[in-house]
Amino acid sequence: MRIFKLAAATCAIVASLAAGMRTASAVDLTMYYPVAVGGPVTKIIDDMVQRFEKQNPDIKVTAVYAGNYTDTMTKAMTAMKGGQPPQLSVLLSTDVFTLLDENAIVPMDDLVPDKSWFGSFYPAFMANGKVDGKTWSIPFQRSTIVLYWNKDAFKEAGLDPEKAPANWNEMAGMAAKLVKKDAAGNVTRWGVEIPSTGYAYWMLQALAIENGQKMMNDAGNEVYLTATKTVEALDYWVGLSRKDAVMPTGSIDWATLRTDFVEGKTAMMWHTTGNLTAVKDSAKFNFGVALLPAKERRGSPTGGGSFYIFKSASPDQQKAAVKFIQWMTAPEQAAEWSIKTGYVAVSPAAYKTPAMEEYAKGFPAAVVARDQLDHAVPELSVHENGRIYKFVGDAVQAAVTGTQKPQEALAAAQQQADRVLKAYK
Amino acid sequence: MAEAASIDVPGDGVRSRAWLNAVNAWLLLLPAALFLGAFTHYPVLATIRSSLFVVRRNGGEVFAGLDNYGSMTEDPIFWKAFVNNVWFALGTVPTSIALALLMAIWVNRNIRGRGLLRLAFFTPTVLPMIAVANIWLFFYTPDYGLLDQLRSLAGLPGWNWLGDPRSVMGCLIVMVIWKEAGFFMIFYLAALQQLPPDLNEAAAMEGAGRFYIFRRITFPLLMPATLFIAINAVINSFKLVDHLVIMTKGGPNNASTLLLYYIYEVAFTFQDHAYAATLTVVLVAILSSLALLKFGYLDRRIHYQ
Repeated sequence: MRIFKLAAATCAIVASLAAGMRTASAVDLTMYYPVAVGGPVTKIIDDMVQRFEKQNPDIKVTAVYAGNYTDTMTKAMTAMKGGQPPQLSVLLSTDVFTLLDENAIVPMDDLVPDKSWFGSFYPAFMANGKVDGKTWSIPFQRSTIVLYWNKDAFKEAGLDPEKAPANWNEMAGMAAKLVKKDAAGNVTRWGVEIPSTGYAYWMLQALAIENGQKMMNDAGNEVYLTATKTVEALDYWVGLSRKDAVMPTGSIDWATLRTDFVEGKTAMMWHTTGNLTAVKDSAKFNFGVALLPAKERRGSPTGGGSFYIFKSASPDQQKAAVKFIQWMTAPEQAAEWSIKTGYVAVSPAAYKTPAMEEYAKGFPAAVVARDQLDHAVPELSVHENGRIYKFVGDAVQAAVTGTQKPQEALAAAQQQADRVLKAYK
Repeated sequence: MAEAASIDVPGDGVRSRAWLNAVNAWLLLLPAALFLGAFTHYPVLATIRSSLFVVRRNGGEVFAGLDNYGSMTEDPIFWKAFVNNVWFALGTVPTSIALALLMAIWVNRNIRGRGLLRLAFFTPTVLPMIAVANIWLFFYTPDYGLLDQLRSLAGLPGWNWLGDPRSVMGCLIVMVIWKEAGFFMIFYLAALQQLPPDLNEAAAMEGAGRFYIFRRITFPLLMPATLFIAINAVINSFKLVDHLVIMTKGGPNNASTLLLYYIYEVAFTFQDHAYAATLTVVLVAILSSLALLKFGYLDRRIHYQ
């Protein structure tokens, strides 16, 4: 009997709590966001959210740090299927097809009062978010891959410290001079490192673009992994470690590569510009940032995360979410975000703000990734993105670890990708 | 008792008492049975059902028979994870059991600092797997990790421990042995303290050596503990995947993927619930056949005191 009373009391408390929440006047928003770079990113976000709330007391935003991009997407999807989705989230700009297939998001077109707002962003960043003539995401923490180089190491190796490699051959040649060995013949500094965990597909796409090869079609149901030029791209990458011996063999970890560079274990690295401020704050040497070297052309895929609004949010919440997104991507905040992390500010107007102009004057590296937008192409984005990324990542890892030849590894990945994408044709 | 009584004296009062007894027993079992049903048996049945369907993106389910199992046999990542898991079990189970026995015998003797030693052996067990993975991640980091710093003292080049498919599995096995052995030691220690000392004394009076006593008396008497530990160790080798999330994400090129981690990826990263259910059925089949092996065969061959 007592147990029934207890249960009844619990029910009553829960019900009154739920009712209390509903009557609160503020609109509550939950936002998931991923962190893929170094530095105090969660603190920066919390601080921005707080300032937004102060200016908009009728909106309450709970920002939930949810791991890296894959983890965040996993959590958002799982929460949605569990009936508790966030109202908005920062997810990879390339997750758009998967989110559409899951029927998870709403287009921004119907929510914004003035669509000319879309025109204020860099078109390269809007490209991934446009499907079927609608805009599904607003760019936020966007990036391109850049080449970081250690000027002190260049000087020590007798290279011009102000000149980064402009093409593939130059990079391999310079890297060879930059390799340093100790008396026993063990390498103490590598020439260059390209990360092969986490976002290996992204790095491979950069190399493929430079070699003049597209990785996917616009409909997002085909990938071109076995194209001769894609194979050549992976051949070059693998050759850096297995032929030229300027890069460590085995897979190179995305997260620890920044430490490798900052500790002087490698003289050059390919990494997201989102890491720029973290590198700047911890490097004890002079370093530079350059466009990725060219083969047939310059190029990098765009990368990083955009804001999505979930379908299950109430109209009030969707409106509030748009307000929040507009605030976060306004020129002042975009400039602040770019300065504090290194991500590319998402609109040209952000670069015209006094704060950004001042910063770029003292630190020209801050605008390299933006300048690279002229050469950038949309990041690999297809249906079943998570699976395809895994296949490509596995192929890259099989090749860099010497388990398979690039040609074989990519052929296996292409076969698996074809099988999965068949359903979307 | 009540049943026996009801056969001897089929009086009405006794029969109704027997009936009441049965009701009472079922009522006592009910809470446990409900939980077991809701959280173990129903999910297993639901999983088997899901594995026979294909979920369309719009949410509709289509009966697919054994199609999911068919594509599983053609999935190279599944086979890789399966083979990896077998190696992982072979690598971790015998060694951690042997080590646990050795440690238990050592700390069972009357030596100075015995409590401290027991604590030291048991510490890895207390740590959460995520913390352990982070500690070992530091050991294995190429160039400036602990292991490579030791190697450089010896003039050897750095080794990419977790980034090389040849070494990654070995690295994980060593870490898991370190984590598990202390836990198993506790069971051996408890078993050792249950052993009657007169057997040892009698054997010693007959002139048996210490190793002979261990081989012919101690070890056979520990068999129930060994069996219990072995079953747990094998099950753990299929259940333990937390460290993969921190250390390798199954890479490079699936060289360290284990079955349960692959199930997690398929279910939540790829959101392919039907296929995840298929893989889960395989895992449940493996684990239940291990349990059957224990209860149906091994139990009968072991001497319980």
